[in-house]
Amino acid sequence: MRNLRLIINREYLARVRNRTFIVMTFLSPLIFVGMILLIAYLSMLNSTEQKIIGIHDESGMFAAEFKDAEQVQYLDYSDKSLEVARKEVLDNEYFGLIHIANVAPGEKARIQFFGKDAPGFGTIENIEKTISDKLTREQLISKGIDMSEIDKARAEVSVDIQNFAGERSSKMSNYIKMFFGGAAGYLLMMFIIIYGNMVMRSVIEEKTNRIIEIIVSSVRPFELLLGKVLGTSLAGITQFSVWVILGTVLLFSISSFLGIDPLAAQMPASTMVNEVAKPEINQLVIDILNLPYASLLGFFVIYFIGGYFLYSAIYAAIGAAVDSETDTQQFMFPIILPLILGIYVGFFSVVENPHGTVSTIFSLVPLTSPIVMLMRIPFGVPWWEIVTSILLLIVTNFGVLWLSAKIYRVGILMYGKKPTYKELYKWLKY
Amino acid sequence: MENLLVAENIYKRFGKFTALNNVSINIPRESIFGLLGPNGAGKTTLLRIINQITMPDEGKVYFDGKPLRPDDVVHIGYLPEERGLYKSMKVGEQALYLARLKGLSKHDAKERLKYWFKRLEIEGWWDKKIQELSKGMAQKVQFVITVLHRPKLLIFDEPFSGFDPVNANLIKDEILKLKEEGATILFSTHRMESVEELCDYIALIHKSNKLLDGRVSDIKKEYKSNTFEVGLDAVDEATLRQELEERFQIGPARFKSIQDDLKLTIKLKADESPNDLIRFLLTRARINHFVEVIPSVNDIFIKTVTQNA
Repeated sequence: MRNLRLIINREYLARVRNRTFIVMTFLSPLIFVGMILLIAYLSMLNSTEQKIIGIHDESGMFAAEFKDAEQVQYLDYSDKSLEVARKEVLDNEYFGLIHIANVAPGEKARIQFFGKDAPGFGTIENIEKTISDKLTREQLISKGIDMSEIDKARAEVSVDIQNFAGERSSKMSNYIKMFFGGAAGYLLMMFIIIYGNMVMRSVIEEKTNRIIEIIVSSVRPFELLLGKVLGTSLAGITQFSVWVILGTVLLFSISSFLGIDPLAAQMPASTMVNEVAKPEINQLVIDILNLPYASLLGFFVIYFIGGYFLYSAIYAAIGAAVDSETDTQQFMFPIILPLILGIYVGFFSVVENPHGTVSTIFSLVPLTSPIVMLMRIPFGVPWWEIVTSILLLIVTNFGVLWLSAKIYRVGILMYGKKPTYKELYKWLKY
Repeated sequence: MENLLVAENIYKRFGKFTALNNVSINIPRESIFGLLGPNGAGKTTLLRIINQITMPDEGKVYFDGKPLRPDDVVHIGYLPEERGLYKSMKVGEQALYLARLKGLSKHDAKERLKYWFKRLEIEGWWDKKIQELSKGMAQKVQFVITVLHRPKLLIFDEPFSGFDPVNANLIKDEILKLKEEGATILFSTHRMESVEELCDYIALIHKSNKLLDGRVSDIKKEYKSNTFEVGLDAVDEATLRQELEERFQIGPARFKSIQDDLKLTIKLKADESPNDLIRFLLTRARINHFVEVIPSVNDIFIKTVTQNA
């Protein structure tokens, strides 16, 4: 135990004192905050830009239907000839010109759009909808239907989603759950890769420095392995805490200084909904507040520890098997594969159907369960599934740690050989 | 309990390859024990087993009369053949770390490090990083780390390979000094000159088998062939040579002398003593040089290995 503490201490200090580590720890939040601010700035720039679109309406029915909005302004060219209108729009560098040909009632409307560039989907949809609405109305009126009756009859529908326990949720809250679950899963994967690599490099370093045999004459290789994994994870937690604290402080201080609301920038969609549906926004806030943070955080920690240990044990075994970092390539793929698989299953399968067969299986298989289960948890997972997946993870952890320790024990004393999988298998039996 | 360390019938296999085949050694207290053998004989494997870095497949190791336990590592100091230090750690810091892994308290470790740094005249290095030191300098630090916790048993694997001549000599002197201070020393080597000078006991390992072991003087007695080297000054050398040839088994000899005399090696029969030879020579020539030919460890090594090849 005493030696384990010494090893953890040394490993931690070695990581934390590393110059790259310090730079990354303090630079990353700056880069992150800078990027958010940049996105916020760009989206603000985008929304203040105003398009001017000319309308040449031969029928005289629709020009009045196009109402100016925040981002679009319409100019009526109907009294001029089409040629003149086109020229003027072109000369003034306006966004485009809508030409509505005069057609007899009942005939299909012929609408053209002239522009320098093809307009976006939103613009076209808007034009089509405006005209089709007007046409429908006109046709209904011409059939002698009272429009005011129709307006009165129109019903607003919004599905109120509840689970059987009576907890409310909404479509929006599903997005939020996806966001939180996805972020947690993704974070976990990044953490495993970054810190697993650190463990591996530290093992290789001891091998190439030839200090390893001096150390294992004092401590058991397993103790060294364990101390390395623990010490590195502490360094990871330190870095993560610094990121969270520094990031939060920076984000809020800078944004209040510049007068940009970073939350608004992240969810531009919500500002649009704002005016239309106040109750929806309230529900959103309630949903965000109602997320089970405590259990989310708790499970994040559990799955983080389980997943990180599992993978860093494998990383350490690989580090022990090779002589230099360039030799690790052939062993990297089998590590990265389940991680990537977990992320893909998470982003496709879980989002589609959080409790489907694929999602359930991958959230139980230990190599992918930390990522996939974290993504599922916000949607509510039966407790026995969580317990099963955690138990499986723990059992696998012991198994993998045991195997890794065997490879590690042999590998750290092997020099000059580029090992194959067959050789690694043989080492297990030494 | 005259033996500090006893290894009994050690077997170690790596897959199909047998690294140690029924090897036993006894290391007497306060002696210097040399483990000899060509490269790849299994010396390092045996040392690793004694250090509990690898476990034997069969056989037992006893330390201080009791079966070797994990805690015994604090009584053993090991300088492996593949040796190095953390490149980016400060000298003092990593020496402290490694000493504390051997069970020393921080305070004790610091005190003793200061003593040793002084003894080897490297006091100024405490805050230097290993990457700033030369290879020879780093070797001194490694030596200090090996002996710092005053182990009862010191194990050096090929201590003189990789050390520059100045350091090799320094290490040799320190090894002798440590022996005087009561330590028992086990080292492996394939360089025989160092054995001749240092070892009280040797064991010879070749192709995973122990061929020979025991006190160096006993082994030499066993391997000497009752042969003598003589330098003679006679009036008629040709007659003398002929007379000797009839009576004994002779051969040419090469040694340095200031006389221009007849140099021969003379092998006696098992029941003859050197006195018989001297009596025979006394009346026939002036004896300038008379030495018993004692085989060097190198000779014994080569002889045993080629015999068993």
